[in-house]
Amino acid sequence: MSAAIEIQGVSKRFRLYKEKYTSLKERVVHAGKVPFEEFWALRDVELAIRPGETVGILGRNGSGKSTLLKCIAGILTPTSGQIVLRGQLAAMLELGAGFQPEMSGRDNIYLNASLLGLSRRQIERSFDDIVAFAELEDFIDNQVRFYSSGMYVRLGFAVAVNVDPDILLVDEVLAVGDERFQQKCMERIRQFQQEGRTIVVVSHAADVMRQICSRVAVIDAGRVISVAPPGEAIRAFRDRLIETGSGEAALPAVEDPRAVPLAVEPMLPAPLQRLVEIRSCSLDRPHADERPHLLSGERVAITLELEARQALPAVAFGCSIFAANGGLMFDCDSSMLGDEYELPVGASTVVLEFPSLPLLDGRFAINVRVQDLGGGKVHARLEPAATIDVVNPGRATGVVALPFNVKVSSGLSASPGS
Amino acid sequence: MDHARGTVTDRSRLAAEERDGIAAPGGRPEPPARVVAAKVSTRAKFGQIWSSRELLWFLVRKELKVRYKNSVLGFVWSFLNPALVLMIYYVVFKYFLHNQTPDFALFLFSGLLAWNLFNNSLLSSAGVLVAHAGIVKKVAFPREVLALSQVGVSICYFFFQTCILVVFLAGFQVIPAFKYLPLLLLALLADIVLSAALAVFLSAVNVYLRDVQHFVEVLLVALFFSPPIVYPFAGIHLHHLKDLYLANPLVWIVLAFQRCLYGNVLPPGETLGGIKSPLPTWGHAVYLEGLGVVLAGSVILFFLAMLIFGRVEGNFAEEL
Repeated sequence: MSAAIEIQGVSKRFRLYKEKYTSLKERVVHAGKVPFEEFWALRDVELAIRPGETVGILGRNGSGKSTLLKCIAGILTPTSGQIVLRGQLAAMLELGAGFQPEMSGRDNIYLNASLLGLSRRQIERSFDDIVAFAELEDFIDNQVRFYSSGMYVRLGFAVAVNVDPDILLVDEVLAVGDERFQQKCMERIRQFQQEGRTIVVVSHAADVMRQICSRVAVIDAGRVISVAPPGEAIRAFRDRLIETGSGEAALPAVEDPRAVPLAVEPMLPAPLQRLVEIRSCSLDRPHADERPHLLSGERVAITLELEARQALPAVAFGCSIFAANGGLMFDCDSSMLGDEYELPVGASTVVLEFPSLPLLDGRFAINVRVQDLGGGKVHARLEPAATIDVVNPGRATGVVALPFNVKVSSGLSASPGS
Repeated sequence: MDHARGTVTDRSRLAAEERDGIAAPGGRPEPPARVVAAKVSTRAKFGQIWSSRELLWFLVRKELKVRYKNSVLGFVWSFLNPALVLMIYYVVFKYFLHNQTPDFALFLFSGLLAWNLFNNSLLSSAGVLVAHAGIVKKVAFPREVLALSQVGVSICYFFFQTCILVVFLAGFQVIPAFKYLPLLLLALLADIVLSAALAVFLSAVNVYLRDVQHFVEVLLVALFFSPPIVYPFAGIHLHHLKDLYLANPLVWIVLAFQRCLYGNVLPPGETLGGIKSPLPTWGHAVYLEGLGVVLAGSVILFFLAMLIFGRVEGNFAEEL
């Protein structure tokens, strides 16, 4: 079977104007000397997507991933090259684009579905499905201007998925509505997959990619640098980020790196007693010089150089890990392990080790502290002692890389195809 | 086959699937290929527009619904507006400027009917792509439909005004010259095609040059006086400029409307209350020839407009 989407040597050039002159006077005054820079948003992109495949397009902001999606949708035409499409296409670039606030939900369904290419008969046939999916039965004859933003996107999504497309293009719109509706959207996407439809997803959420994509194309500066299964592609993407020096700031798992809580308070903030000073702190992990990230399950150790002002007879060394959203992932100290330490005056070294750190994707902050046994007095703390990025090479999603396997009992057998 | 943002083939395929009942998910038949590329053939464009006719209707309906939404009188405005304009013109030209044309109100109405179609189409279509930037940037569909929908709206208003005209004719107890009705329909067709051609062209140019919208507004005020709407054809002394005057397609369209609906023609030399025949004394053949040329010219203009639109629309999403 031929490819559902064949992207053949597609390039797209934009002109970036310093200032946009659209009036006649300005055009005449600035004739021939309007400053602009040529910018190739896409360069010789080659990609064939088979029918029934779900392909993710991953790239940082401005890499050209949305431009590619718009070219596939036919909203932009490529400067050179062509895209061959086989099948009815629906693009979810912006939910509810073209909704008329003055018109009722009912009229908007007709207009919007018609814009997406449905005939009146098709719309009439799927009208009830659309309303039911959007859960707007009671409001369908109200003007859309009175809809909440949630209702608005729900209606937009409902129309788009009921277009019954062979090819569905999705641009970062899966995160709409409340959690339950998101769940519903994901279910619908899965249903589409089972029905053998082709889906192209643009997102920077590595989790979503891993969850639903069979392949991921990584785009950087308008070129496809890798097309591979999700785990591998996400790694290639992160490696690329380091190469180009944009580094850790643009890691896709964390939307805003500044959102990483750098000074998260432990559950019970204990008064700080300046009896011990943390002189230095270093992170030890395998392959630190090759890649900036850690793979799930790798070893991490934090070495602390301490300087005590006075001898402390009973101390504990604690460590906590926070996720990017501030949630506590782990907290423990040596006293909980049943160990007591005596800290002598002067310098000493302590190593806090995770033989294996079974976390999935994301950026995590590791905080360390020196405290008394009960934790009532904290002698010194460092928050964060380290920030680590964990990359999951597999396809599991969530937070914790739990060991997991499935045993086949009698009566079941593994399908040879999968 | 080359067409960029159309869904011609998929729609016809879907229609075929509907007929044959094979739109089964999972076992989808291999659909025909469609190409997104920089060049699109004009023929494919027309195919796309034809398959978007339902969308065109939905857009027209939207426009009709939205335009007077939230006004107290609502839909009544679409009747009231032309009636009031007619009244103002009538009072001004009849009583202030002493226009002597017999049955002046009817004369004015016949001309205005043809003019309003042209005027409304151009006024609203020039800015239509800019006004709908949201969907132009986010949804793939033949954008010509947006410009054409404005012409469609004007056609709807044309019919509303025709309703008023019928009441008017009944009130004046005037029977239109029905033997000229085919000419009127020909003139109406020419009016629509000409408006559509200019609408498509202006909407595209306005994306790149926003002055067009404002320029058109002024130009239309000037153009209003070019065909004999508020003055009778017979009242102007053209001498050797007659050919130039008759080169204006609007003159032919307006004259045909007046000939059918107003119909006050007197044989040469005769006068009605001291006034010469307000309309030219031409027979069918002259009108037919003139309107034929106008229609042919309008069709050519329409193709040209489509060609230009197709050339520049690739960058709409970026320019808006």
